[in-house]
Amino acid sequence: MSGHSTYQPQGPFMQWLERRLPIASFVYSSFIAYPTPRNLNYWWTFGGILSFMLGVQIITGIVLAMHYTPHVDFAFNSVEGIMRDVNYGWLLRYVHANGASFFFLAVYIHIARGMYYGSYKEPREVLWILGVILFLLMVATGFMGYVLPWGQMSFWAATVITNLFSAIPGVGDPIVTWLWGGYAVGNPTLNRFYSLHYLLPFVIAGVVVLHIWALHVVGQNNPTGVEAKADKDTVAFTPYATIKDSFCIGLFCVLFAFFVFYIPNYLGHPDNYIPANPGQTPTHIVPEWYYLPFYAILRAIPNKLIGVCALGLAIVSLAFLPWLDTSRVRSANYRPAFRQCLFIFFAAVIGLGYLGSQEPSGGYVIAARILTIYYFSFIWIILPVLGLVETTKPLPNSISESVLRQGAPASAPSSGA
Amino acid sequence: MRNIAKLHRSIFTLAVAATLSVLGAWSASAQDAEAPPRQTWSFHGPFGTYDPGQLQRGFKIYREVCANCHSIKLLSFRNLAEPGGPGFTEAQASAIAASFQVTAGPNDEGNMFQRPGQIADYFPPPFANDQAARAALGGALPPDMSVLAKARGYEAGFPYFIFDAFKVYQEDGPDYIHAIITGYEDAPAGFVLPPGGQYNKYFPGRAIGMPKPLSDGQVEYTDGTPMNVDQYGRDVSAFLMWAAEPTLDARHRLGFQVMIFLIVFTGLLYLTKKKLWHDVLHDPELEKPRA
Repeated sequence: MSGHSTYQPQGPFMQWLERRLPIASFVYSSFIAYPTPRNLNYWWTFGGILSFMLGVQIITGIVLAMHYTPHVDFAFNSVEGIMRDVNYGWLLRYVHANGASFFFLAVYIHIARGMYYGSYKEPREVLWILGVILFLLMVATGFMGYVLPWGQMSFWAATVITNLFSAIPGVGDPIVTWLWGGYAVGNPTLNRFYSLHYLLPFVIAGVVVLHIWALHVVGQNNPTGVEAKADKDTVAFTPYATIKDSFCIGLFCVLFAFFVFYIPNYLGHPDNYIPANPGQTPTHIVPEWYYLPFYAILRAIPNKLIGVCALGLAIVSLAFLPWLDTSRVRSANYRPAFRQCLFIFFAAVIGLGYLGSQEPSGGYVIAARILTIYYFSFIWIILPVLGLVETTKPLPNSISESVLRQGAPASAPSSGA
Repeated sequence: MRNIAKLHRSIFTLAVAATLSVLGAWSASAQDAEAPPRQTWSFHGPFGTYDPGQLQRGFKIYREVCANCHSIKLLSFRNLAEPGGPGFTEAQASAIAASFQVTAGPNDEGNMFQRPGQIADYFPPPFANDQAARAALGGALPPDMSVLAKARGYEAGFPYFIFDAFKVYQEDGPDYIHAIITGYEDAPAGFVLPPGGQYNKYFPGRAIGMPKPLSDGQVEYTDGTPMNVDQYGRDVSAFLMWAAEPTLDARHRLGFQVMIFLIVFTGLLYLTKKKLWHDVLHDPELEKPRA
């Protein structure tokens, strides 16, 4: 993983700077010469897409904060003021609101890629756990952001989610009162959510730095799951990864722009255009789409405390994947049985998402229970057992060998056949 | 080991079958109102724009009918003259403003007073507060109409909501408002209306507090447009959509420019990527020697 060019400071100023703060060589080694496996596929571009989306959310968020009023009497109208009277305010708000959805879309694909290719396995456990922490921070940030427009869904989502803490035996109710800053969701709640919604993205940015640092220490996984060994297994980050990531960010932006400009309210709920009314509960209280699988797990369990624990465990379980998955083979490409179970797991998560959007009655609850059982069985039973009993396909000896195998048919037409 | 794979396949089949059967059992229980029929809207689609004539007709209906009970607090008279709207001139918008009495003040004596509206004013509400509205209307509170067209909708249901994304369909709100206006019928035999309720097949629960607001010929059009409830419903829904989303025209215009840029730019990035990676993907060192 070494042997690529190293940074040589050019000119007297850069040499002077290099002896005092080697920032140029740091950037060079991290983002230019950094070796990336040559066989990375397009699923590996979502890290770049996520960094881009974090930037988009922070920049639009800072400008929105200049125009937003965090007060129960003014929040709704200040958001409408942004839509109507701030120059390109509608663009800022729609980019930010849909940006949250696309941020989550990208992170789910990123997590799914990590699971499929076993990117959490030794030596990438810390990298993976930092990722789970990032996801938790995103969940918290997104939830608090959704509360800020102070529509009906904002208010009732805040009420439902903060009330989950009341399930804690004994101290539940005092904790909820403490979270609210009062005896109901009100102005103190809105104010603290606003404060934290502004703070947490910078915490996310900090953990992203750790995430990328850890990544650069252990190197990227790749579709074979075989570590890069020789120089010919890798290519330099710049230009190869940068151009590929840029292309995919472009593609992602096309889809993102389609939503922002043409169907900006498609992912939202009409009820959030009704100002918050503590006296009137909406017919359905539904969270944003990206929380629906977890919401379905919560509602699948009749006992509130166990439901809340399951909700938390559904996310926290992911942090234990490096130890729950007992297989030494990383990539699902070489683990047919795991691959199948994993696809069922992905389907179960999507199914839970759909069930989370529906009323929790009759067959829907039963379906949600079946899928919830599969969700946890996959992580806590199938993964440990499967690693011990499954037959895996033979791994290539190196990345370049795997590329070689693929390369052979591609060169066939040139032989004139 | 193959047995385990087989076992998983059967578990999967079972899970899918169970899910489908319970979903099927659900069917018609939740929906108690009819789904609003979809209308044709000039502002639909990536190139949709508001029809100023329609917005002016809709505004006339709002002003003559809706405004008796419904406020539209976030709308200002100046909005009427802004681009992408009903296309009134500033003089016309000022004249409309002047025809409303707004509460201003306090004056030097400390009293609030009434004065004719100015173009910078917002539309004054018909009632001083919600309690006054309820008191005057037998307990019912007419919702504010500023963002009503975005605050209403209906579930397209699975899988139609996925198709709607591809069809760029975002007009559920105006569809719903049009449906409510045209949905008044005599209650079917056996349907018990609550006191003060009207039967409306598109309203959740089918009993609505609002009396039938519009009937044929009620609002006079001078441009030859048919004067019937169906047309009124479409016009006032379009007006309310504009009131809720006055920047739609600008959004569609900028959207097209952004999409063209992004597609061309991404295309160029792809070609650059292809060229840069060519040597990596056709590395002679890694070519399999021909047998």
